[in-house]
Amino acid sequence: MHPFAYVAPGTIDEAVAVLNEHGDRARPMAGGTDLIVKARANAWELDAVVDIKNIPELMSLSDNGDGLSIGAGVPCYQVYGNSDIAAGYPGIIDGASIIGGIQIQSRAGLGGNLCNAAPSADGICPLIVHSAVAKITNASGTREVAVEDFCTGPSQTVLNTGDLLVSIEVPKPAANSGAAYTRFTPRNEMDIAVAGVGVMVVLDSSGQNFESARIALSAVGPTPILASAAGDSLAGKPVNDETIAAAAALARDAASPITDMRGTVEQRKQLVEVLTGRMINKAVERARG
Amino acid sequence: MVATYDAKTDYKVIGSTPIRHDGMDKVTGRAIFGADVKAPGLIWGDLLRSPHAHARIKSIDTSTAEAMDGVFAVLTHADFPQADDKSIDAGEGTVNLRRGQTNVMADGKVHYKGHVVAAVAATDRNTAREAARLIKVDYEVLPAISDVDTAMAAGAPAILDGLVGDHLGQKVENTNVARVFRHEFGDVDDAFANSDLVIERTVSMSMVHQGYIEPHNATAIWAQDGNLTVWSSTQGSFGVRSQTAGLLHIPESKIKVNYVEIGGGFGGKTVAYLAPVAALLSRKSGGRPVKLVMDRQSVFEASGPAPGGKIRMKIGVNKDGKITAADTDLILEAGGYPGSAVGAAATCVFACYNLPSSRITGYDVLVNKPKSAAYRAPGSPQASFAIETVIDEICDACGFDKIQFRLDNAAHEGTRRGDGVQFARVGLEECLTAAKESDHWNSPLGDAPAGKSRGRGLATAYWMNGGGKSTCDLMLQDDGTVMMNEGSADIGGTRTSIAMQAAEVLGIPVEDFHPSIPDTDSIGFTGVTGGSRTTYTTGMAAYNAAHKLITELQHRVADLWETEVDNVSFADGTFSANGDSIGIQNLAGKLDPTGGPATATASVNLAEAGNAYGVHICDVEVDLATGKTDVVRYTAIQDVGKAVHPQYAEGQIQGGAAQGIGWALNEEYFINSAGEMANRSFLDYRMPTPLDLPMIDTIMVEVPNPLHPYGVRGVGEVPICPPLSAATQAVKNAVGKPFYELPVKPGRILEAQNGI
Repeated sequence: MHPFAYVAPGTIDEAVAVLNEHGDRARPMAGGTDLIVKARANAWELDAVVDIKNIPELMSLSDNGDGLSIGAGVPCYQVYGNSDIAAGYPGIIDGASIIGGIQIQSRAGLGGNLCNAAPSADGICPLIVHSAVAKITNASGTREVAVEDFCTGPSQTVLNTGDLLVSIEVPKPAANSGAAYTRFTPRNEMDIAVAGVGVMVVLDSSGQNFESARIALSAVGPTPILASAAGDSLAGKPVNDETIAAAAALARDAASPITDMRGTVEQRKQLVEVLTGRMINKAVERARG
Repeated sequence: MVATYDAKTDYKVIGSTPIRHDGMDKVTGRAIFGADVKAPGLIWGDLLRSPHAHARIKSIDTSTAEAMDGVFAVLTHADFPQADDKSIDAGEGTVNLRRGQTNVMADGKVHYKGHVVAAVAATDRNTAREAARLIKVDYEVLPAISDVDTAMAAGAPAILDGLVGDHLGQKVENTNVARVFRHEFGDVDDAFANSDLVIERTVSMSMVHQGYIEPHNATAIWAQDGNLTVWSSTQGSFGVRSQTAGLLHIPESKIKVNYVEIGGGFGGKTVAYLAPVAALLSRKSGGRPVKLVMDRQSVFEASGPAPGGKIRMKIGVNKDGKITAADTDLILEAGGYPGSAVGAAATCVFACYNLPSSRITGYDVLVNKPKSAAYRAPGSPQASFAIETVIDEICDACGFDKIQFRLDNAAHEGTRRGDGVQFARVGLEECLTAAKESDHWNSPLGDAPAGKSRGRGLATAYWMNGGGKSTCDLMLQDDGTVMMNEGSADIGGTRTSIAMQAAEVLGIPVEDFHPSIPDTDSIGFTGVTGGSRTTYTTGMAAYNAAHKLITELQHRVADLWETEVDNVSFADGTFSANGDSIGIQNLAGKLDPTGGPATATASVNLAEAGNAYGVHICDVEVDLATGKTDVVRYTAIQDVGKAVHPQYAEGQIQGGAAQGIGWALNEEYFINSAGEMANRSFLDYRMPTPLDLPMIDTIMVEVPNPLHPYGVRGVGEVPICPPLSAATQAVKNAVGKPFYELPVKPGRILEAQNGI
């Protein structure tokens, strides 16, 4: 492992200054569960590691009534361990509670999961279907990027030199809405998605018709995928096996997986279709309360 | 002539479940493992490994690494002395010294990705690692051979320079097939021609790894007086000593190997990968202590997994339910050097059946993967998968009851194994009967939820168990406790299971024993903990030492009481003579006038071991839409001879079954087009976790081994064998399609279902 400076600034400005100084040879560190592994494997050769856990804004988790704000350094356990958040955002909890095991969840958070930009990330699809936005800051100001636009390739994001993810802003879910995420793994824990599907549905007041839906897919493309056609196909349609199957088939079409050690193209496409159907049903169940 | 014993039943210690002597240190973290070893002036080594699966080394430039601050030594194969071209026993397999030396550090050619090319010693681990990256190696990359078909194809490039294959006695050059051998009896072809049904299938499987939690490690000090001291995680300190001596061409007497606790081995820690390298680094660093610890990637890529390969299996049967003949080709991957477990596979493959004729042909085939090593009943799981797959099809095709058919054809006392050995008393029939009567076999599968389907599989398997050499010393202390030294690395609670056998003889509570596993200078030779030999063989040494101690104490009592030794009797921990009696622990403090401390030592070399059989029943539930398999019920039935410590015996059976289930359903070396293991981490090498397994129920059948005074049989290895087929046949039963390739992973189940 290349020797690096460990910096633990207390403010966003100090953190951004260090990131600017070292360019792409510096990385922010939240839980470190991806960063340290990559540095040890010499996948990243770093001169500075910027620990963000002393920066109050990046460690704050709040639900102000209009939505949820998740600081970039907040570990998963704080998210799923908060009973209000768990009740209000069960789809996000579905993802946050299966990233690694308990030890990993005690350090790793959704911010790091997003910045690591793994196609198989379990934390990202739930954020996408919730229409969450990433709040990014740098020396010249702050900007917001929709989470579905954040990842640009495996381990690639919209973050430029000197950019720091501050928080993930999740809007308050609409009335009669429900969200869910699942992944397929051969094992029951400590595994990585062969394919994953997140779904958010908004039903009309009768609970019998879809008003709108968002569907996102993991591990079946170079980035998590927002399957817009699949979600949009449900808008205005009744909740029944036929409309759900049609959306699941469109989700399958949106997947562009590869064959590798974790699964084959055909297996992954089938999994997307199966899991999409299951997650729409689960989201509907949650929407109906 | 092998001594035989009558079965006993009235035990005081044998069959009880005392707390293990090393338990507190292990659960509180005080136990010293190899990576915990510290020594004054310790420096760290690191290894440069080949990024290619097959390549010639054109040149190695170590100058930049040598010039780096903090670097003490850089090593290549040129630093090794010439090793003898001979094979030595490594406990569960042999090591050819010259090839073993090039396996621990490549000489001109790399045979697999991760093959060590150079080594560095430096002030700390990170400096060593960075220095290793500065070594420049110029490779001529060669095509990687990743499977036995490619390796055996005409014109395939030979992996091992100079290998002369022995093909049924013919010498063959320029080959990747190191050995072809055959065991045959009866007229197999005629028997097939006269059979009512003959089924022939070819099965295949990938390499799998033992997956021990603790990576390989070694610390060595090569002192200026030429004496070498080693600490290394191993299943046998004497094996590390002999391999290190052989690879470095020095006398064994110059080496002392210290015992450290071991975090799992399963056969994989019988090979000394690091100790010889750490030793040379120490010598080149002026005698400083040098420590080497593998990372997980290196453990996967460059320590010895179990062979994959292909097995052709042909079995004939008559309408009356009797097998007529069996014929198999066992083609196993040796890895980058000769020496797969195909020999043991041939021993085990037909050992569950009493066959009128059989032919076994074994092939030991080199591929560009790590040199395979022993893994729990080496060769038997693969062989069991092949034969039990075909037996299951025969039963389905003919409507035979799967247990009754096996009972009708079961090996028993007097049966000859496929390689000719004749069985003494064995317990397969008793295991099958226990399976037939079990609650599991007599319970319905139960209903699966919508979209899922359940299935049940059953399979049998065999392991011959091991004997060999072991030593045990007993020293009675003044306070009535017993210090016990024995030479077996303790992987599964053997300190206690060995002490219990001496305790039974002496009539002293096993809690009053203090077992130690000393260094190789301080105990007589003891073979590796492997082959399911330890509780049987080292236990026999303890039993013999205890009897010697009794004899010694009878003389002391005779001295004390001024009587003839023949008048002193011993029973239930008490010496008696002429109406007087004294308990052994009371006697202990009164020995000074009789000559001081009482000690006894015993060594054994056991030629035979007694055999182990297992019968497993597996229920699975398969999600038909995703191919996900959950094991929902599992029962392992095994002849344990006599369970010395029933909880440990059960733990061995459960652990073996867990590993076998992983092998069946998900574990594999996934080799990519570059010949690399793509899934070289525990994240992607999918061993089952606790959430992936049900409670594994055990039924321990006790058919006493006539070769052991307490009837002990080895228990640790055979339980890994039956799950490969039991789980696979359960999936077949659930989805209605057969599977001939392991692992039966979700993608394969979907393929079989949908033709995708």
